[in-house]
Amino acid sequence: HLPAMDCVVTGGNVKVLAKAIHSLSRIGDELYLEPEDDGLALRSVNSSRSAYACFLFSPLFFSRYTVPCGHAFRCKMAIKCVQAVFRSLSSLDKTVEKCHIELVGEKSRLTFTLHCKHGLMKTHNLSFQDSESLQAVFDKDSCSNVLRAQPRLLVDTVLHFPPALEEVSLSVSGERVLFRNYVEEEPAKAMLTELSLSSDEFEHFAVGAESSITFCLKELRGLLVFAESTGLPVSVHFDLPGSPVVLSVTDSVLEVNFVLATLSDDLNLRNHNNNPKRARSPPPADDFLNDDIDSYLIAMDTSELPGPSNAPAQRSNHRLEAQSPVANHRLESEEAEEEETGDTERPPNKKFRSLFFGSVCPTDSQLTNQTATSQEVLASDSEDDAQAASP
Amino acid sequence: MLLSTHSQTVDDNYVLVASLDNVRNLSNILKAITFKDHAIFNATPNGLKVTVEDSKCLQANAFIQAEIFQEFTIKEDSVGFQINLTVLLDCLTIFGGSTVAGVTTALRMCYNGYGYPLTLFLEEGGVVTVCKINTQEPEEPIDFEFCSTNVTNKVILQSESLKEAFSELDMTSEVLQITMSPSQPYFRLSTFGNSGNAHYDYPKDSDMMELFQCSKTQTNRYRMSLLKPSTKALALSCKVSVRTDSRGFLSLQYLVRNDDGQICFVEYYCCPDEEAEEEY
Repeated sequence: HLPAMDCVVTGGNVKVLAKAIHSLSRIGDELYLEPEDDGLALRSVNSSRSAYACFLFSPLFFSRYTVPCGHAFRCKMAIKCVQAVFRSLSSLDKTVEKCHIELVGEKSRLTFTLHCKHGLMKTHNLSFQDSESLQAVFDKDSCSNVLRAQPRLLVDTVLHFPPALEEVSLSVSGERVLFRNYVEEEPAKAMLTELSLSSDEFEHFAVGAESSITFCLKELRGLLVFAESTGLPVSVHFDLPGSPVVLSVTDSVLEVNFVLATLSDDLNLRNHNNNPKRARSPPPADDFLNDDIDSYLIAMDTSELPGPSNAPAQRSNHRLEAQSPVANHRLESEEAEEEETGDTERPPNKKFRSLFFGSVCPTDSQLTNQTATSQEVLASDSEDDAQAASP
Repeated sequence: MLLSTHSQTVDDNYVLVASLDNVRNLSNILKAITFKDHAIFNATPNGLKVTVEDSKCLQANAFIQAEIFQEFTIKEDSVGFQINLTVLLDCLTIFGGSTVAGVTTALRMCYNGYGYPLTLFLEEGGVVTVCKINTQEPEEPIDFEFCSTNVTNKVILQSESLKEAFSELDMTSEVLQITMSPSQPYFRLSTFGNSGNAHYDYPKDSDMMELFQCSKTQTNRYRMSLLKPSTKALALSCKVSVRTDSRGFLSLQYLVRNDDGQICFVEYYCCPDEEAEEEY
């Protein structure tokens, strides 16, 4: 039987791969491994679906990369098992010369073979589960604000926040970028830490819409550890509060995207159907060319091939919603229902909205239903688009 | 020296007197076998042997030769007692076990014979602490009947390479399986944990392999919980000899170099896990 993937990583790239896995472990408990023609995708999503990360290693990252054509195989496994393969992270580049990864679908075996110094060979046979594709739909290129900086700048910035701090706020105004600890209750009693960075400190500073967003620090730290070890600059793409922030690191053989939910401006307003921003600012006329789910909203694509009957329907709904207040209301009531059912899956304590509205990993039997549901929900939550489009 | 003048007058009563300029040369090696409270001490004119056992399946011995001590006086052929090792170590490190160069704790250890406590005089920077630890009836250590004529397979490795493996071992695995073979995989450590299995293979021509003498393929499993304490000895050591006999018993011998460059040995014996063999 042909392996579903057969690849070899050598030299310093072994450490890059290991760091990527450690970084993904900051996001979720499971690693989704998807060998594709254009490279190996490693993904993870957190339990509340408010954070998603993807590392795409291009075939050139590997010294050998073989996937059988037209035979997509996907699997998932506990991320800590894969972490265990690369346990001695600090000495990895000194000890490991070559890492061979082989995925055999029939045996449900993922094998990592580390060829180390002194002829020592470490073989880890991990078991996995089949899974569907884990993909978030997002379009970082359409974000109004893009900041890019050397990882050091951001590392030095977040260093000032206590390890226990959960969320951080990022604001851009004029030529300044502010990082602030987010305080949920009784701000008067809490210690506030604010760091102000000048636009000069960034390699790239493009602010289309001044805004302030709040997101989880843990995942940012996770990405920074990776970025710092590779020395690659970090880009931050974001819009208004409530729209996801995309943190990315790219290189010729590697693309990393962390998509994190941001806190909505006011959750109550949103729930009571009178979000002023949305009412006041319909998107530009040509907006529907890029205003569908793909543009602004990250959503879980639980299906390998989205049902063609669902997708067009939801798009037209959305267009209606954006242009006509009447349609808008009708949709809102639908949304409220969806929100209620969806609430059981969310973490109780967070005002973050889940980025992914369906189950991430329905079982095969559920898949058909799940696809339909998630697509519906996805459409009904399209207010994000309106918010994001308002300048 | 302060210590000797102190105890000179009563020395006559002691059956065993042992002195060390640097107590770490004793305490470090005792730490490598500390996994149970009770330790059996057996002193002969050759030196001191300290034995710790667990569940009649594991035995660790530390050998501190007479030459390691600055003074080693024994009035009988063999002096034995049992003592609480944790308490002894607490006393030996009572000054904090400083690793600062030039600061050492000196030790004078005296034993007056059956029924008497073990008396420790510890001195650092002119401060003397006297500790008396009650001794117990010595038990007879288990004879694992591991004799070199029955050894089937033996490898000697530089500890460095085993340290790496042991630090990474999947502790969710109940057993560590050791395979030694004249053909591939030569020397293999395997674990079977929650996440799957892992194998660490050392080729016989590795530059970490100082000796490779395997006559027959042998695969044995040992309880991870039993082997875990041996990692303390491994951490201290520079070389390790791994041997199995025809019954599958395991002997791990660690060569430990102390602060003064002298050599001591720590040895672990472990029974194979027979139950597990049927399970897998």
